[in-house]
Amino acid sequence: MPTRRSFLRTVAGGIALAHAGWPARRARADLPQGALDSAARDTLPGKRPLIKRSFRPPNYESPLEYFEDPITPNDEFFVRWHLANIPRIDADAWRLQVGGDAAERGFELTLSQLRHEFEPVELTAVCQCAGNRRGFSQPHVPGVEWGSGAMGNALWKGVRLKDILARAGLKKEAVEIAFNGGDRAPLEATPAFEKSIPAWKALDENTLVAFEMNGAPLPHWNGFPARVVVPGWSATYWMKQVVRIRALAQPLSSFWMNTAYRIPKGRYPIIDRFTSQESETTTPITEILVNSLMTNAGDGRRFAADQPVLIKGIAWDGGYGVRTVEVSIDEGRSWQGAELGESQGKYAFRTWQFTGAPRGAGRLSVMARASNAQGTAQPSELIFNGAGYHNNVVQKILLDIS
Amino acid sequence: MNGRIGSMLLLGLLAAAAQGGETSVTLASGEGMALVQLRCSTCHSLDYILMNSSFLARAGWEAEVRKMMKVMGAPIAETDVAVIVDYLTQHYGAT
Repeated sequence: MPTRRSFLRTVAGGIALAHAGWPARRARADLPQGALDSAARDTLPGKRPLIKRSFRPPNYESPLEYFEDPITPNDEFFVRWHLANIPRIDADAWRLQVGGDAAERGFELTLSQLRHEFEPVELTAVCQCAGNRRGFSQPHVPGVEWGSGAMGNALWKGVRLKDILARAGLKKEAVEIAFNGGDRAPLEATPAFEKSIPAWKALDENTLVAFEMNGAPLPHWNGFPARVVVPGWSATYWMKQVVRIRALAQPLSSFWMNTAYRIPKGRYPIIDRFTSQESETTTPITEILVNSLMTNAGDGRRFAADQPVLIKGIAWDGGYGVRTVEVSIDEGRSWQGAELGESQGKYAFRTWQFTGAPRGAGRLSVMARASNAQGTAQPSELIFNGAGYHNNVVQKILLDIS
Repeated sequence: MNGRIGSMLLLGLLAAAAQGGETSVTLASGEGMALVQLRCSTCHSLDYILMNSSFLARAGWEAEVRKMMKVMGAPIAETDVAVIVDYLTQHYGAT
């Protein structure tokens, strides 16, 4: 027989449910069984053990425990390549070619010139694979079946792309800036990996060509000697081992722009649009959606029943800034605000923590939900797309209270 | 321009050869296995197949194989497509 108190709680929960559109019993998503079975802890040269998704090309994600530090160390940072031939680049021989049909002049930069002939800039930003959490798609979709670790947050040091482009003299007809990397496919017939961003994004003062990560040269696996850094945008644009930058008067025509890394138009709460690449129905992925991760606890983690449960986590978005993180320990009936840590910049992981009192022994469901200054929150139901991008649905973990 | 990039890259070692761990990946034995191994492993390790199981129905696997042919340029003969798709569906298809 329900007591008056539990009745009120239920009613209040019902109201919250209707208000938030919260599904009462959302099925928990997990990776495909084959992805769970074929994953392995493996160590690439210079890295600590990561979760191997594929050996060649190497696709490795960071395990949950590496996110307890909001700055992801270089040797714990995820690794993602499309093409299997990844050269070991000799820093002295490396050249960055700058030009294109929408540039007044072309030139080359050595690494030393890149480092010394432009104003250095440092900023902390999240680098997140567009397909992070693809493995949790319901239904499952083909691709690299990432869990939550195809992302990292680092202090990047480099120079502004706009300063490099100023030396090239950008013509007024420039619509996009294109990047080529050093990696190659085993087959000549495979399209080279190349990406472009809108000229306006390339001219953003936060868009960099970076040569340092957390105070050290970029690791080989993360793009040594230089990579593009596009804060707030998916990592697909953060070209590793960048060797060529071109200003284009026409949109880049490439499999990697025209077919891959696209999302249905109008389905996501996106402000940054990439209009020169939009089609009738699809648009390139751009900014990172607001998201969060509980970092000190995964499924089955034990907590004592007679003590408060401390949940720690991180939240991030596309650069609007995290506004709130709320936590629910009652299946979404009620949400309480978590305490936000100090901001390390609008593109960085924001730490948070929450203390909740479990109602006794048993399984405790914990969910976290972030919102940003743009006014959007993580959705209660996955906003699906066939490529598994933009998975920012609220995640749930089950703790063991005993 | 491409020549310059090419010579620059040759200074480095190409990492295309199977990396150590890759040899631990084994496919289910059955008709078509050798062909799948030969054609798919040119460009990627075979854990791509395992990782993407078991949720694709036959049409899903065929779409993947045709994408590899049309987009990625995999040299797969039209007469081999059915053998490869049958193998993938039977051993790594939706259950």
